[in-house]
Amino acid sequence: MASVIRAKARFLPLGGGWSLLHALSLGLVLFCLWLLLSGFFVTLLLSLGVVSVAFVVWIAHRMDVIDHEGHPTHLTIRALLYWPWLIVEIIKANINVAGAIVRRRMSVNPSVIEVKATQETELGQVIYANSITLTPGTVTIDIDKDIIIVHALTLKAAEDLESGDMDRRVTALEAHPPAEELPPPLPPGGQTK
Amino acid sequence: MALFLEILSWGLLIIGSMMLIIGGIGMVRLPDVFSRMHGAGIIDTMGACTILLGLTFQAGLSIVTLKLVLIVVFIVFTSPTATHALARAALHGGARPQLDEPVEDDPASQGEASSKT
Repeated sequence: MASVIRAKARFLPLGGGWSLLHALSLGLVLFCLWLLLSGFFVTLLLSLGVVSVAFVVWIAHRMDVIDHEGHPTHLTIRALLYWPWLIVEIIKANINVAGAIVRRRMSVNPSVIEVKATQETELGQVIYANSITLTPGTVTIDIDKDIIIVHALTLKAAEDLESGDMDRRVTALEAHPPAEELPPPLPPGGQTK
Repeated sequence: MALFLEILSWGLLIIGSMMLIIGGIGMVRLPDVFSRMHGAGIIDTMGACTILLGLTFQAGLSIVTLKLVLIVVFIVFTSPTATHALARAALHGGARPQLDEPVEDDPASQGEASSKT
């Protein structure tokens, strides 16, 4: 069980680090969302928006949910490179599964397979598991440390997943900071509640 | 140009509708709860996203377009979580995936699958 212990040690929280960058980025995203949903550019409404965004960021700060996991700003650029690949995969998988369903005699071979997630952070594993689920033909059923249990509908879906291409791309996506550059553990601001 | 956009938009809408129908057929035809989830997966991803994309071309470049794009983003971020929650709930509820049997249309196994869920 040494591997389990090692896996556990790797998933110690990387410090509930609250950083100004994440708060600012959250505020910016919220304000853009507010602008898009309202569509009004009147001074009164804009200032009300600023006030509500500040209020929400303050609440999120008090709840200690502004961190690198909830708001992964460090992944932005690589995520933009990963998504187009994922979209192409999703379209291919859709055609494969749709083809399997509409055959007169459905060519489905349901199987449960285990794949290893080589990501080093929980965030990376979440991205990987969600990518698997988002691709039709494969659904993440369970995760046990770094083994993801997947229900695959067709042989092709299972083979594509077992080739490990998606796993490699998600691992490349997560920028794992070297151990010595981890954010410091819980600043006092995180303990107000 | 306008004609091209119309064709693109309607093409996407038709592809999306076909995907919705195929996903619906899959949810009925596939043997057990876990396989049926894959049918639902087609609806969430390609069905919904293609239709919304087709609608953005109908809306032209306005704030409605951006709202439609936001809907796509929210669907893409939330649907895997919902699917995973469903799969786990089914597993904990005692449903076991039927494995690697040739898919059949006989009512016996379908009755068994639905009684387990």
